[in-house]
Amino acid sequence: MSFPLSLTINGVARNITLDDPRVTLLDLLRERLELTGTKKGCDRGQCGACTVLLDGRRINACLALAASCDGATVLTIEGVTDGDALHPVQAAFIAHDGLQCGFCTPGQIMSALGLIDEGQAGDDPERVREGMSGNLCRCGAYAGITEAVLDAQRRLAGQDGRDAS
Amino acid sequence: MKVFDYVRPASVAEAIAAAAAPGAVYLAGGTNLLDLMKGETLRPDRLVDVTRLPGLDRIEWLGDGGVRIGALVRNAALAHDAAFATAYPAVAEALLSGASAQLRNAATVGGNLLQRTRCAYFHDPASACNKRQPGAGCDARGGENRLHAVLGWSEACIATHPSDFCVPLAALDAVVEIEGPAGRREVALEALHRLPGDTPERGTALAPGELIVALRLPGEAAGFAAHARYLKVRERTSYAFAVVSAAAALRLEGGRIRAARLALGGVAARPWRARAAEESLVGVEAGEAAFRRAAEAALAEARPSGDNAFKIELARRLVRRALALAVAGTPARIPALPASPFPSVAGARHDA
Repeated sequence: MSFPLSLTINGVARNITLDDPRVTLLDLLRERLELTGTKKGCDRGQCGACTVLLDGRRINACLALAASCDGATVLTIEGVTDGDALHPVQAAFIAHDGLQCGFCTPGQIMSALGLIDEGQAGDDPERVREGMSGNLCRCGAYAGITEAVLDAQRRLAGQDGRDAS
Repeated sequence: MKVFDYVRPASVAEAIAAAAAPGAVYLAGGTNLLDLMKGETLRPDRLVDVTRLPGLDRIEWLGDGGVRIGALVRNAALAHDAAFATAYPAVAEALLSGASAQLRNAATVGGNLLQRTRCAYFHDPASACNKRQPGAGCDARGGENRLHAVLGWSEACIATHPSDFCVPLAALDAVVEIEGPAGRREVALEALHRLPGDTPERGTALAPGELIVALRLPGEAAGFAAHARYLKVRERTSYAFAVVSAAAALRLEGGRIRAARLALGGVAARPWRARAAEESLVGVEAGEAAFRRAAEAALAEARPSGDNAFKIELARRLVRRALALAVAGTPARIPALPASPFPSVAGARHDA
């Protein structure tokens, strides 16, 4: 049995035929489309390493069945740069040491993009920490991650004239 | 994960017909179901994907001031709906205290009601579990059970229901709308989840093939909006299930309690409405003495099912705290750490 799927991934329309209904969005990205920036940590929705934006909302790709995402728009870490220029959230993670080993970083950055777009956290570190609690960092770079998210949010608000608070 | 048949019906009628096949289950957000399938706790033969069913993703306001929430509304969308959070602030706070932002974006209202227990012995296919395999026995009874039930449990099963959302819903008389092979019906949310008795495998009042299509909150329940809180004790600050939780909602008049609603989470196989405690509060002065009596009444029938006697006293204290915070008033904005009984400022006294 095969399952035809249409997805827009990082701005590119893709028509995919699945041969197995068990494929998750995470495995589709990593194993079939070679988009390995999205990481498989726990594969059970506990670590956040697989965070992507699905129709603009951050989700755990490991707990989404690919077949159920038919018609959706997906943004992964490979799609956030503007050519060779880092996205302000990526630049802020480097500037604030928001990583050590880097394994969780793609998920952290995708989650930060979702958090900033949701607009609920404002300039409050406590709300940023709570809003990022679905992304574990075993190196313990949380202090830098919080600073990076706050800094990137301020820069993005300045860019588009929007008040992020 | 066992292989399954995947179908995506276009209407509720088609979904119900597709779910009549043996071994069929409904798939919505999938955050709980796929996790359980990956662990082989559940091995369905067919997934009926209901995510495209039309008309189930709306929040509609009703003539009585109440609200009807489609079963496919995402947890985050409901919690951040400004009108909903104003009318039912304890429900919004409970939603935001659960899971992570990623999971709340995917998880649906209907799915949250039907999430399965977090009992490790239910999840582990190598353990004996009467809920997973009727008659197999219960390894939790003699196992790691400090987080298990203290109310309504049986020798067959001591699991708890993990939902935060359901706790204020039970307190506020929510109603569940169901479609099924025999047509449409409604059940009170309080009656949706079953206590285990001798049949813990039947966790809910749903018949095979029945589908939750909506949830309603009555307009009368919005009358508690000024004094409503949800509090939750967790083993870490965020992104954890409740050890014990409490939803408290009051209507006050000149320092006296005119009406009270109270429900507990993490203590039983269903969100636990504490009616005797509610009755003890009506007409009395809002204060520590009344809260103490209510807490005693709420836990009067509690008994440990293992290494969890501490949960009974913890629940009493949380009831008192939730009532005190409800009297103090619903905060203008949901706190940075939703439902936390602890302050977010390092070094501050939690009981100050």
